[in-house]
Amino acid sequence: MNQPKDHLDTLHEIRDLMEKSSRFISLSGLSGVSAGIFALFGAAAAFVILQSDSFFYTDYRAALDHTQVLWLLVLDAVITLFLSFVVAMIFTVRQARRKGQAIWSKTAQRLTINMMIPLVTGGVFCLAFLYQGYIGIIAPSMLVFYGLALINGSKYTLHDIRYLGICEIILGLIATFFIGYGLLFWAIGFGVLHIIYGIVMYRKYEK
Amino acid sequence: MKELLENLNKAFESKARLGIMSVLMVNDQMDFNSLKELLNLTDGNLASHLRALEEQSYIAVQKQFVGRKPNTTYQATEEGKKAFNEHLKALETLIKSNL
Repeated sequence: MNQPKDHLDTLHEIRDLMEKSSRFISLSGLSGVSAGIFALFGAAAAFVILQSDSFFYTDYRAALDHTQVLWLLVLDAVITLFLSFVVAMIFTVRQARRKGQAIWSKTAQRLTINMMIPLVTGGVFCLAFLYQGYIGIIAPSMLVFYGLALINGSKYTLHDIRYLGICEIILGLIATFFIGYGLLFWAIGFGVLHIIYGIVMYRKYEK
Repeated sequence: MKELLENLNKAFESKARLGIMSVLMVNDQMDFNSLKELLNLTDGNLASHLRALEEQSYIAVQKQFVGRKPNTTYQATEEGKKAFNEHLKALETLIKSNL
């Protein structure tokens, strides 16, 4: 314990333990990629639903006046969310096993709680918009609240997720000024950004 | 050199104790089993190190029951945090002076 190299090792071990005990590091990059792919499929399905009921080829907002279309869109969103969640969980459980981290550890619980607070807030907020008929602002709100959830959760998992959060917020804020292109922004935020982020994370941590 | 070594805290000489303090520095509190898993120690070994740190009043112990099972959680005291930070600083200076 008297050699400088020993002391350095000790410091490394301390940092390791601090990291391991306070952050959930088993989030798999592949979860991001799969969620992104499902989001793109979900957005494509939404686009088809909107087109099928619209007289105006370009202006699909007219279709939103029909409740039936709205319900189809909500169903589409629920299925997309469910599939992304299940597949993301599969990849994450696998990654946790590989790293020897417990899946429902204290750190995982803290990550979940801290992400759920902004997410549930945003979810209820969007439902309120839907109920009040402010359809155009829903997609931007989803992006902004999701970004906030990621930033809030970043303290309890891989730090990089913070940057994804910032990108989602910026994209969401831009989208608020382009009402009517919500689906496009949604597809970029939840689809393209997730895939890029997932690939970057996979190459950085899992290769 | 001797001066530098004096700043190193004897209480943190063992790796297990350093490990316990590291974990408690970044977590408000931690229960016995989680500590055991993180540090890869046996029950007896961990308990004796925890007791030593408690005697120095570097950590505080809270015992309660979850259902019928006893559940003991540990947290670092202000004194413990200060001592640990000083120990880290001493380690750092030691490394720098040897470079």
